[in-house]
Order: sequence, then structure tokens, then C-alpha cells
Amino acid sequence: MLSFALRRLLQSVIVLLIMSGLVFAGVYAIGNPIDILINPQADQAEIAAATKALGLDQPLWRQYWNFIAGAFAGDLGRSFAANTPAAALIFERMPATIELALAAMVMAVALGIPLGLVAGLKAESWIGRTIMAGSILGFSLPTFWVGLMLIMVFSVWLGWLPPTGRGQVVMVLGLPVSFLTRDGLLHLFMPALNLALFQLSLLIRLTRAGTREALAQDYVRFARAKGLSMSHVLRVHVLKNVLIPVVTVTGLEFGSLIAFAIVTETIFAWPGMGKLLIDSINVLDRPVIVAYLLIIVLLFVVINLIVDLAYTALDPRVRLAGRGA
Amino acid sequence: MGSFSWRPGVLAGLFFLAAGAAAAELRIGLSADVTTMDPHFVAAQPNLTAQQHVFDSLVRTDERSRPVPGIATWRTPDPLTWEFTLRKGVKFHDGSELTTGDVVFSLERPFTITGSPGGFQTYVRPIVAKEIVDRYTVRLKTAAPYGALLQDLAEVMIVSKQAAAKATGEDFDKGRAAVGTGPYRLVRFARGDRIELARHEKYWGGRLPWDRLTLLILPADPVRTAALLSGQIDAIEHVPTADIARLRKNTAFRLEQTVSWRTIFLHVDQGRDRPPGVLSKAGKPLDRNPFKDLRVRQAMSKAINRPAIAERVMEGLALPAANVVSPSVFGHDPAVKPDAYDPGGAKKLLAEAGYPDGFAVTLATPNNRYINDEQVAQTVAQMFSRIGIATKVEAMPLSVYFGRARNKDFGVALLGWGSRAADLSLRSLTAIPDAEKGYGAWNWGGYANPGLDEMVAQSLGTVDPVKREALARGASALAAREVAIIPLHYQVVTWAMRKGLTYSARTDEFTFAHHFKPQ
Repeated sequence: MLSFALRRLLQSVIVLLIMSGLVFAGVYAIGNPIDILINPQADQAEIAAATKALGLDQPLWRQYWNFIAGAFAGDLGRSFAANTPAAALIFERMPATIELALAAMVMAVALGIPLGLVAGLKAESWIGRTIMAGSILGFSLPTFWVGLMLIMVFSVWLGWLPPTGRGQVVMVLGLPVSFLTRDGLLHLFMPALNLALFQLSLLIRLTRAGTREALAQDYVRFARAKGLSMSHVLRVHVLKNVLIPVVTVTGLEFGSLIAFAIVTETIFAWPGMGKLLIDSINVLDRPVIVAYLLIIVLLFVVINLIVDLAYTALDPRVRLAGRGA
Repeated sequence: MGSFSWRPGVLAGLFFLAAGAAAAELRIGLSADVTTMDPHFVAAQPNLTAQQHVFDSLVRTDERSRPVPGIATWRTPDPLTWEFTLRKGVKFHDGSELTTGDVVFSLERPFTITGSPGGFQTYVRPIVAKEIVDRYTVRLKTAAPYGALLQDLAEVMIVSKQAAAKATGEDFDKGRAAVGTGPYRLVRFARGDRIELARHEKYWGGRLPWDRLTLLILPADPVRTAALLSGQIDAIEHVPTADIARLRKNTAFRLEQTVSWRTIFLHVDQGRDRPPGVLSKAGKPLDRNPFKDLRVRQAMSKAINRPAIAERVMEGLALPAANVVSPSVFGHDPAVKPDAYDPGGAKKLLAEAGYPDGFAVTLATPNNRYINDEQVAQTVAQMFSRIGIATKVEAMPLSVYFGRARNKDFGVALLGWGSRAADLSLRSLTAIPDAEKGYGAWNWGGYANPGLDEMVAQSLGTVDPVKREALARGASALAAREVAIIPLHYQVVTWAMRKGLTYSARTDEFTFAHHFKPQ
């Protein structure tokens, strides 16, 4: 187990190194941040001073080396545009994104599994068909359009929900969260729903397929023949089997919720880190771009590691030692 | 449709104001992210917009971008000396009084900030000596007479020496160091989300109608409009062109518009012998650079139907341009009229210059910077093609565009420029590049005319504003005659607000809460 974790860690470090190199070179190839950030009225002396101040006068390999040396010392550099350490900038914004992604996940699970179950049980009825039609829409409508429509309907026409921004936050364990206040919940609802739509549709389809498969199994028919009530069969035999792939997919999709949050955050002016990444790319704020991607990769590596370790604990058939198995 | 549901709310709000309610709040949607509250870190307009609520500059500018006294008045005892006298009793947010010590500290601070893209050193470098006469009087000396000092100083905000002396960026963002004399004091800076401010009760400029102010960061165009329509906010800046007609019809809202200082124009590479993308129609290199011939530049200018661009492509949000600066800006010469649309005359000029069959060019443009920038470029390309200059458009995001332009990758390039004076614009855009003097930093076209540079230098070196404006006009007119750049249009800038508010629309596009008034 330990050797597995260590090997994983080593692999991650290599991944981080390669990725940071690619991003470094990529941003360098796009253009010079000074051209974007400098005051247009600035004269040549000031342009040169700014280039030097941001370390952009040095050759690329040197800049990269400085970055790596700093990164190993725990310093991911300072933002070119914001006068703040890049990592601090990201951690400042991370709670908002995680909250949004979690809220979306809860919505997707709470709605997706029951709806999928109904669609699976009553596949041929009008209700089953309606749910499936809805899930097709959820899959295929672009997030930004749905977001704008939500704002149009619920904010502009009906005036029920605030169109943009994050509501009132309270500190919990040192983290700002907004789901504990009424104002915060009102602000959270639309972006979370918008972000949840894709996952919701996915879960509906997954649950429906799993339910239909399970219903056709011998053990379900046997349980019914034994005289067990349908609800008991559903709970004990169907749902348990359906949930295995659902849990896996939900876990893995959490990462993509964070990634997809970029579009939703932009539309609802949600102050998360996806919006920060877009803003940073626009001004070629390389320290923030690189730090963001490093932190995200690290996040994924850790999530995957936890999932793998949890698997071995849960399922004795899965072995991680690998060698000799 | 929406107007029905919340019109009562607006009326209630009006009643609220009329009743003189104390807890009045103004909420404004801004179009770009504010990266820091340190006013000397990066000279970017979105940052300055927010910071100018907290800090004052030594010199104010009015709606037309002309210097006016604010916290100080000035006089020039001799052409090398600017004497500023501070208004007495100007209070910082912490209650202390503004003194000349704070002023000198603030004018030196741009040189002391590390790791910053800056942009403020250009403004304070002409000052070679600062002499504090007393608590309220300071003399600034320049090495040579420099008339644009006032315009430059309007950009440099005055911080409290005591609060900012050892402050980091975080200190400003947290508000500890963001102590100014401006109309609002910083309450909370939530980067990427909002800036909360409260009225400065001892503001020298008088009592403001709102005691709380929230600036919301809403860069996505439809979202900004939706936030206004829903009543979440009271006003927005940079109204998206697509929404203007709709808001104009809606009686619950008002629009305020003015001609912006931003001139949209083309740089044509007239410096090198082989500008990139300029070829014969068969794709062969030309034996000489056609843009070096004034007649070709004139032909290109005559080929452009500016009124059509202003009315159709820009949906009325532009004025045809002739000068390097827009009508309200210092040094605009009203006698210079935009070239009339004359494709016949343009063809004749091309033939005279030796290009009866025209040639081919590539017109480069950003596609996310100016209002409808790519569509404007496409339209101009068609107009050029009509007189025989086969033009194809290469559009790209700003982050790529500026870098390539600076590398001289383009033969014809679209650019927008906003500045407080014509001589300042020409210094950057058409002067022969000279790092020593700070001339020509944005002269992408390589236009070189020592005569024009001399006029610009004379204008900038004239301290008397009336004489200087005459000189600046002369320079602007010469640049227009020479077609140093090909001006297209001046942008129009629009604010939208709920009924019951007014805004004195500013040509420099700044959005200031203290310029909103209840009707």
C-alpha cells in the first residue's frame, strides 16, 4: 500500500513537471504579458522597467528554472496583474468554486437518481418518456444558453432570484460559505442548477439503464416471486446494484464539475477560480495560469489516490500492489 | 415585458430618495475586473475606475477630460515650475489632513513598487525636483518646459504617506493602506466579485447622495444588462450595443451617451520596404512599399465609407473620424473634416501612384477589444477591395494581437487609442521611435516625419494651455494631411441606469459613482 502511494506520488511529480513546462512554453508562445498589461501611454523606459520587474527579460529556460526553484520552496510566484501571490489568489477563490460544484453535485444526485429510477421502472409510460426527453435536452443544450435563459426567466421576468454574484457569506472553519444564509442560497440556486444539468442528465440515464438491467435479473424476479414488496426489492436489490456505477461516475465527474464551472461562473458572475483562470488567460498572467493548473492537477491526483485507496478497502477483489498479482 | 413587474419597485425607490432616507445605496455594474486596490501597481483603466472612488489625484479632469482644480490649484511662475496649492482641510478617511508630504510621497511611490507592470513612471519622470514650500504648497520642477504635466498628474493618485509607507499589495486590498481623500472609503474588496464602499463623511467635495456604494464586477455583456433589467443593480457601464435599442424603448431606464476619447484607426506600415502581407495580386512581393506614397494612403482613406460604418456596423455608436483625437479632447482640430467617401477619386489616386490594378494586403485586427472590431475590419476590407486593394482580414484575440504587432508582424493593423491630448497621442503613435525621449512607443506604422515630431515637441513644451492647444491642433492637422494614420471613427460610450438617476457621461469612459445624481 505504502509503495503504491509513493509510486503514485512520484508519478504525480513527473506529471506536474511536464505540465508546468508545457504551460510555461504555451503562454510564452501566445505573447508577452507586458504588451497587455502595460499602460498604453508608457514610454520605452517604462516598458523596459516593467519587463525587468516581472522577470520577463530573462531567457525562457531561466524563467522556468526560477519558477521551479520557487515552487519547490512552496512559492508559486506572484501574479503579474494582481500584486498578490498566485497561490493565495487561487485559494481565495477556491471555496466559491467548490461550493458551487458541491451544490451542483447534490442537486444532480438528489434529482437524478429518483428520476432515473422512475424512468427505469416506467420506461414505456409518458412520464418515463418525458424524463428521458428532458435528459436529452440537459445533455445537448449549451450551458451558457441555459444560464442566460434562467436569468431571463427567473430574474428579469419573474424577479424571484438575483441574477448574478455570490450572496452573503459566513465563515465556517475559516472558509467563507454562502449556503447557510438565505441570501446566499438564493444566489446559489441558479448557477448550481445550471452547472448540475449535465450531470443530472447523465445520472438519470445511468440510473435508468441500471434499473432496467437489474429488473431483468433472476434475483429480482426471485425476490418478487418470494412475495417481497416492490419497494423492498427496489431498496435492497435494485438500488444497491444501480448505485455502484453511479457512485463511481459521480466521484469522477466531480472533477469535471469544477472544470465546467468556468462557463457557469462567467455567466452568473460567480467569483470562483474558473473566472479567475479566464481573466488571467486574457492578460497572460502566467504565474496564475501555471499555479491554477498545478493546483488542479494536484487536486485530481489526490482525488484519484483516495478513490483507489477506498476501492481496495471496499472491494477485496481489487489489488493495488500490482506486481506479481 | 419585464417593465411591468418592477416598475412599482422603482417608484418606491424614488419615493425613498425623495423622503431623504439615510440608508441609500448605489450599485453599479462594471465591465472589467479590478485586480488590486493599490493605485500605483498597474495603470489599467478598470483598476483606476475603482481606485478613483477612494483616492484623489492632484489634478482632476472634467467630463471632457480637461484638467480642473480638485484638491489643489496650480500656477506656473516660470515654464519649469509648477506650484500646487492644496485646498485646506482635505481629510483622509482616517481623519488626518492631506499635506504636501503625502503628495511628494505619492509622486515618488511609482518608482519603489517591485514586481509590477506599473505604467505610472512615465507620468512622474518629467518631474526632476520636488520642493515642499509649506504644508499646503509644493513646487514641482521639470528639466524642460512640459505642458502635459497636468494631464499626466491626473493619472497619479495621492495616497496617505502614513498608511502606505511600508504597505504591500495585500495591505491595500484589505483596506489597511487604501486610505485616500476620495469620496468613498473602501469597506471590502472582494476580487473578481465586488467592491463595497462607504461614503467619506468628511469629503472635501461636499455631501454625496448615497452612503453606500457597491461596484459589481460583471464582465459578461448579457449578464450586465440582465442585472440592470432585474433591478439587482442601478446602473451599468459599457452597455452592449445589442441591448441599447431595447433599453432605449424601456421607459424604466435611461441612457447617457457621449463621444469617447477612443479613436479607432489603421496603422499602415510605411517604414519598411517589404511590409508583411503586402503583395501583388498574384502573391509576389512588390518592388517597393506602396504605403510610402502619400497618394496611396489618401486613396485608402477615401475608399472608406465612414458614415456607413458608423451607422450600420457600429449601429450609430460612432462618429466618423479625421483627427487623431475625438472632438472633446484637447488638440482636436475641428477644421479637419473626415475624408469623404470617394471610390472613383481613390482609384484615380492609386493609378497615379502606379497601382492601376491595385495590390493585396492583409488587415490585422483584434476581435475582443473594441466595439465590433472584427466587423469593422471586415467592412473596411471590402471597401479597400472595391478600389482594387484586395484585402483579407486576420482577426485574433488581444493577448496574441499586441505581441505580434509589437514584433512588426502586420502590414496594416487596426488600433484604438484614448488619450487626454492630441500631442500626447501623436507622441506615442506617429513619432519616430526614440527610447531616450519616450517617443513613438506605439508607432507600428513606422511613419517618420521630423517636422511633425518637432511640432509635437513644441506643443508638449508649451506650458500655456491656450498656446499649447493651438500647436497641438496644428500637429493633429498635419498628421491628418499626411495620413500618418488612417482614422476610422470615434467610439460612442453608453451608460444605462434606472429612471431617476442621471450621469454626466465622461469622454474618458470612466464610471464614477460620485458623478451619478438622483434626478
